[in-house]
Amino acid sequence: MKSSESTLVHEEAGSPVTRERKTVESARTKGLSRKAKDNLAGYLFISPWIIGFLGLTLGPLLFSLAASFTDYNITSKMNFIGLENYKRMFTMDDLFRTSLFNTIYYVIFSVPLTTAGAILLAVLLNHKIKGMKFFRTIYYLPAVLSGVAVYFLWMQLLSPSTGLVNTMLGWVGIDGPAWLFDPEWTKPALLLMKMWSVGGGMLLYLAIMQGVSTQMYEAADIEGASPWQKFYHITLPMISPIIFFDVITSTIGAFQIFQEAYVMTENGSGGPGNSLLFYNLHMWNNAFEVFDMGYASAMAWLLFIIVMILTAVNMKLGKRWVHYEGGNGK
Amino acid sequence: MSSTTAPRFYETKKFKKKVRHTFVTLLLLAGSTLILMPLWWMISTSLKSPAEIAQYPPTFFPKEFNFNNYIEAWQTAPFTRWALNTLFLAVVGTIGSVLVNSLVAYAFAKIKFKGRNALFVIVLSTMLIPGFVTMVPQYILFSKLGWIDTYLPLLVPAFLGSAFFIFLLRQFMMGIPNELIEAAVLDGAGHLQIWWNIMLPLTKPALITVAIFSFNGAWNDLLGPLLYINDESKYTLQIGLQTFKGTVQTQWHYLMAMSVTVLLPVILLFFFFQKYFIEGSNISSGTKG
Repeated sequence: MKSSESTLVHEEAGSPVTRERKTVESARTKGLSRKAKDNLAGYLFISPWIIGFLGLTLGPLLFSLAASFTDYNITSKMNFIGLENYKRMFTMDDLFRTSLFNTIYYVIFSVPLTTAGAILLAVLLNHKIKGMKFFRTIYYLPAVLSGVAVYFLWMQLLSPSTGLVNTMLGWVGIDGPAWLFDPEWTKPALLLMKMWSVGGGMLLYLAIMQGVSTQMYEAADIEGASPWQKFYHITLPMISPIIFFDVITSTIGAFQIFQEAYVMTENGSGGPGNSLLFYNLHMWNNAFEVFDMGYASAMAWLLFIIVMILTAVNMKLGKRWVHYEGGNGK
Repeated sequence: MSSTTAPRFYETKKFKKKVRHTFVTLLLLAGSTLILMPLWWMISTSLKSPAEIAQYPPTFFPKEFNFNNYIEAWQTAPFTRWALNTLFLAVVGTIGSVLVNSLVAYAFAKIKFKGRNALFVIVLSTMLIPGFVTMVPQYILFSKLGWIDTYLPLLVPAFLGSAFFIFLLRQFMMGIPNELIEAAVLDGAGHLQIWWNIMLPLTKPALITVAIFSFNGAWNDLLGPLLYINDESKYTLQIGLQTFKGTVQTQWHYLMAMSVTVLLPVILLFFFFQKYFIEGSNISSGTKG
């Protein structure tokens, strides 16, 4: 507060100077200077973000676009090679196709599974039951646990003979698969691991559901609606904007799967039969194992284009099913 | 369908509700067990002897508790050093993240400057860009700057703002009445003073949210150190854990002991600041993929 007082004194000290000018003009310049001050302050305050945006986002984006048409490998000069990198992806690089397939497989299963899982969990956790706070805490806990320790834990849990998962499957008479050692089961293994932390997405749905007025449910009760009808006609429309948001962000997130595969396969080799060679792992290997930066940049840009197209499609489709309050004549 | 005649006890709303609640509770209990089981397995394995881990069928409770596993695992590598490195990165990164993002968010929320809305749209749209797309050129940039094998590539970005945290803090700040700021302006306070003296204290819950998410993110970060750090003495815990995979022939008892140790701060943080985790994730979920 002391410093603000000094500013006050400072401004007053400056005011006699302005008073010398014509009153109208002084009001104008004063108004302008306030505006100019705000402009200046605004740009100064956001300058870290501007620097970051130009230096770490926009600049790199443009650089990688340019590099994608070259054979740049960090030590060499950049030679323009036209669309050679892009051609190589589609015609010569079998692993590219494998990695794209693996990634799309993962996206197609993980996005609906985690979204549906999060909604289901939110519905369950939205009951007024004793101990609910405890349940919410427990279900959310795995969402904060990530990193190498968790991947190692799951390697241990998924161990074919002595792991917890197959032990539990054994209790119900199921002979569990070899998970990370069987190319058919490596991706389901990752999905299982992903489902463990589905509580992360749940909270957002829960927050929205708690905002839905109980009157609507009570009215539905009087009309004899079943729980399913209430969910379908009341809850689902109310949470649809969040589902929309969640689908877009988790699609982008799922396309970036990397760490799990990198840690859980031998030095990022991609697992048995390349079944865990995801797009980003392949790109990583090209960029940082063989330093083929030009090719990796082309892969990066293709990823960017794919994700942008999918986001646009999601947005377009979203208009059909997303319900915005007030937009439906309430 | 509601019946017109006097309902039997099992037809009453109250009874149905009770049945439903019991069912949901049982379901949630079963689910909680499934959620907690892996964590129990980790702790249990970390205390077993190698012989017991290899045993079939596996045991649920360790026959004897080998707490020594923890000490021995810690001594297999310079873990103390790595823990201090990680702590340093997490703390400095968190401070930068809280200060810078709140400063930027304040401008977007409360200062009227030209092009503000357009710039904010750009902030939001950067959240749609996959991080992997900029990774290669960022690596090249940092290597040209001579920053490889230093902490700069891991720390500097934290001081340049993150779209998601800016968004989160701006949402929070929008809820703070403009009158407060106008009054301060009339008193002659500059925006820097308003930000420091008024905004920061009033947005404490949101700042704590940003702080714990930043800390957690830095603590768990594998990719950054993996890319930029070569020197073993500069390793972080995540990289340190990675080394177990190659050097030690999957000594699960050590591996799990170290995993428990690395996760422990995160778990403690979670239980202490649960409320903030839960609040912050209200906007954050999904973006973490």
